[in-house]
Amino acid sequence: MDGSGKGNLDQVKHVLLVLSGKGGVGKSTITTELALAFRHAGKKVGILDVDLCGPSIPRMLSVGKPEVHQCDSGWVPVYADPQQQQQLALMSIAFLLEDSDEAVIWRGPKKTALIGQFVSDVAWGELDILLVDTPPGTSDEHLAVLENLRKHRVDGAVLVTTPQAVSTGDVRREITFCKKTNLKILGIVENMSGFVCPHCSECSNIFSKGGGEELAKLTGSAFLGSVPLDPLLTESLEEGRDFLQAFPESSTFTAISHIANTLLNSLNA
Amino acid sequence: MADVPNDAPEHCPGTSSDQAGKSSACQGCPNQSICASGATKAPDPAIEEIKQKMTSVKHKILVLSGKGGVGKSTFSAHLSHALASDSSKEVALLDVDICGPSIPKIMGLEGEQVHQSGSGWSPVYVEDNLAVMSIGFLLSSPDDAVIWRGPKKNGMIKQFLRDVDWGEVDYLIVDTPPGTSDEHLSIVQYLSGAGIDGAVIITTPQEVSLQDVRKEIRFCKKVNLPILGVIENMSGFVCPKCKNTSQIFPPTTGGAQRMCEELNLPLLGRIPLDPRIGKSCDEGKSFLTEVPDSPAAAAYQSIVQKIRDYCASHSASDVSC
Repeated sequence: MDGSGKGNLDQVKHVLLVLSGKGGVGKSTITTELALAFRHAGKKVGILDVDLCGPSIPRMLSVGKPEVHQCDSGWVPVYADPQQQQQLALMSIAFLLEDSDEAVIWRGPKKTALIGQFVSDVAWGELDILLVDTPPGTSDEHLAVLENLRKHRVDGAVLVTTPQAVSTGDVRREITFCKKTNLKILGIVENMSGFVCPHCSECSNIFSKGGGEELAKLTGSAFLGSVPLDPLLTESLEEGRDFLQAFPESSTFTAISHIANTLLNSLNA
Repeated sequence: MADVPNDAPEHCPGTSSDQAGKSSACQGCPNQSICASGATKAPDPAIEEIKQKMTSVKHKILVLSGKGGVGKSTFSAHLSHALASDSSKEVALLDVDICGPSIPKIMGLEGEQVHQSGSGWSPVYVEDNLAVMSIGFLLSSPDDAVIWRGPKKNGMIKQFLRDVDWGEVDYLIVDTPPGTSDEHLSIVQYLSGAGIDGAVIITTPQEVSLQDVRKEIRFCKKVNLPILGVIENMSGFVCPKCKNTSQIFPPTTGGAQRMCEELNLPLLGRIPLDPRIGKSCDEGKSFLTEVPDSPAAAAYQSIVQKIRDYCASHSASDVSC
């Protein structure tokens, strides 16, 4: 273990969980964009990807498939900076698989064990913010990550939803999960909120509109903002490009920066 | 796939492994003698009970995807609606997404309760020939979270298969959560005696989704689950105003088509994004009867017909799983 002898999260100032009851609403997208926004704000950021069956972050940050190295205090995370500034660290199960199509066909206890290792054995070093990206649901991974992080400190959770009722319905259950486990809700993000046609500028609400804000009111949570559907954002994530650097004029950029700033303020980071 | 109990000692080899009861980690475990006796390696007696129960169910289809939010529940619901539009067929829809059950809302059944009868749990009926079962019917409020670890979820799935009074059914459609974990292993294991016709795999066009879906396909191969085909959902969006098509989730690596070619799987079809699909789901109505003349509805119908044809040419009994 490191010099202080207290574990690898000792020098991590803030821990944020990104949660949603629903799959495919943009947890990994929001995690990636928040991490990039925090880094642009000069913070040292880490991402722990605990979606063991469907890890998406490595592709979104275009880190390829590097080998994970060991050091005295544990696993060395993979750095996703262009110039080795070591400002953005990442750990994901994707780095531990030999073949990227390999399925992680594990039942709960095995997932719980790996998450325990991820929390205790990654040598993050000094970080301002550690973001934890999670799979959908309220089950093994969520309980495991909370139980293991409890020993340190969790600042709270950012909940992601899409606007339609089918999604907010699942996020209501996630809110109950947060309450039952005493996890503070920092706010709700509405993703995929409206699509502006690039040809005629007509806005279509493909997955309805306003569901996230309504849910925030209904449950007394803070509403952090809405991020529109933007093919440029999807494309940037596909190619692992930094959307915030590439498209600083887009309304999506404004939305994401606003959410990131609100979170930084609420953390006093 | 070893079955390691929650409270097992560290390095437990799993109750069904060859090392059960024999490894060094088993020393001092209260279950050591039962594991060593081999009793825990025997197949779960529920598999045989479920096989008996399922003799009245002709075709069983799983709807799978490694990725969340690609439209598994939407497709499962509309497949069920379309199959049940033939009033001579009996259709059952089982939702094994224990932590995020969306089926009750999509089928317009929120707030419904399950009733007990002498022959088991009665499913909830949308129509005379369309029965639905979901954990959503067992929760008292829409805020209730099911904070369960794997073994409890598996127990629930076993009950759904063994204790629900499905009656005579032509098609049983099983909607699943994303991933390749407890729920997926359990549904495949519990139905291994009864046989599964095949799995329908849903994806969206972008690589971030396909990379998870390839893992699900690997899962199907590992557990010998036949794949009926792949559906590309959210495939392009036609602006209702200017009629131009936009790729909101761009197929940067060739989409489902290229993946199907590479893995030698049939592509059952592509379903475009249509805001009216999401709206129908939120309102608990069938998009196929709400907007029957839309391109998306036509895509659904063509895919459903392929599934009907597949089932007609495959009898569940000759598929070993």
